[in-house]
Amino acid sequence: MKKLLLITAVIGALGAVPLISQASPEDDLKAFQGYFTERFPNVPLEEFANGVYAIDKASREQWEAIEEFPPYEIAIEEGEEMFNTPFKNGKTYASCFRNGGIGIKSDYPYYDIEKGRVETLASAINECRTKNGEAPLKYMKGELASLVAYMAYTTRGQIVDIKIPFDQRARDAYEDGKRFFYARRGQLNMSCAHCHVDNAGNKIRADLLSPALGHLTHFPVYRSKWGSLGTAHRRFSGCNKQVRALPFKAQSPEYRNLEYFMTYMSNGLPWNGPGARK
Amino acid sequence: MRKSASSTLAAAGTLALMLGSLAIAPQAALATEASVVEEGKAIAFDRKKGNCLACHKMKDGTLEGNIGPALVNMADRYPDKKRLREQIWDATRINPYTIMPPYGKHKILTEEELDKVVEFIYTR
Ligand code: HEC
Ligand code: HEC
Repeated sequence: MKKLLLITAVIGALGAVPLISQASPEDDLKAFQGYFTERFPNVPLEEFANGVYAIDKASREQWEAIEEFPPYEIAIEEGEEMFNTPFKNGKTYASCFRNGGIGIKSDYPYYDIEKGRVETLASAINECRTKNGEAPLKYMKGELASLVAYMAYTTRGQIVDIKIPFDQRARDAYEDGKRFFYARRGQLNMSCAHCHVDNAGNKIRADLLSPALGHLTHFPVYRSKWGSLGTAHRRFSGCNKQVRALPFKAQSPEYRNLEYFMTYMSNGLPWNGPGARK
Repeated sequence: MRKSASSTLAAAGTLALMLGSLAIAPQAALATEASVVEEGKAIAFDRKKGNCLACHKMKDGTLEGNIGPALVNMADRYPDKKRLREQIWDATRINPYTIMPPYGKHKILTEEELDKVVEFIYTR
């Protein structure tokens, strides 16, 4: 891990470096996944999509029982109904997406060269709405989370394969997300990597820390602690607050870039949303 | 006029101080120390203050995490109490990569609270 931290520290010290001299995303990916497969030699790669339950026998059984009657099922149904209900102008969500919007969560996040920013499924849904004269939905939970849940459900079983195009702005977005992930923040002075890389599998109080590998394959998530479904950016916000840092807004450039970096790090794992967690 | 409880206590305190300075009342000195240790313990265990149990096992702790080492034999291991204080004030000075929060540097605890925590940890 120290090696990964060092790489970021060096990049930080040099400031903006031209494209070619940066560690390539492919090298980062190999180092990142290699770290976890070495740390958890008995966990097959695709299992990391199950978060803490991939490494914790004790809570796994309970989780499997929950998955028999998943708490996110109602949200999937609600999302499907919304998805198929025409807007006031008669069009539906299907008109905004490839393949009529079925099985396409795997297209996101991607770097949109025209817009010059990372596009997420959540933001694409709201763009679809505003383009069709509907008000945008809130990003953390509720109707939008249900729509994403349905769209994640139709994407289940596909393999994460995020691309970082050979384009300076795309690489900058990726590097920005990576820096965010490894940077200390908040009064408690911790990075995401401190908990979810260095200490994955260790306990903070009574909570076992999940590996960052596989973190974004299964969102949105029904958390019993929330009592509802939440998007990935809702979780980012919670983990920022936990170290007494000011959270960013859902769909802020910071969180989009973080999502871009983290999802890329899970390339090769199955898409398995929506999920259920404690 | 009857003396109020507080003035009696204050008088007793002054007496203890005087006796303490004459070094003939170890009893009273021990009593103050014990209460400092108790206060330090409360601060160390409070989830909103030290929350040391999030990462460290130690005597009397419950539901501890295992990110950091168990805190034992502290007095033996830190003959110089100042070094223990430094670890808690800013652990990154000793290990730049540490996950342990810099309690003093980031004002997570006041200097006074930190002193009390040091006294408490020294008894583990
Ligand atoms: C102080 C430790 C700590 C830090 C720092 C931290 N987290 Fe977490 N995080 C947790 C805990 C505890 C959980 C719940 C148990 C688990 O799944 O790891 C969690 C859960 C998550 C989850 C959900 C995992 C799942 O399977 O659904 C994501 C995603 C996540 N964190 C991302 C982040 C990101 C991104 C950062 C940095 C901005 C971060 N965390 C920083 C402690 C931390
Ligand atoms: C987020 C986890 C975390 C928290 C919270 C934490 N520590 Fe630590 N602590 C560590 C780690 C990890 C180490 C190992 C050395 C290092 O990385 O600095 C450590 C080391 C120490 C040491 C040195 C241990 C030795 O054997 O020499 C002491 C003493 C200590 N911590 C005291 C405390 C006290 C007191 C608190 C609460 C006020 C506290 N820690 C809170 C993670 C933590």
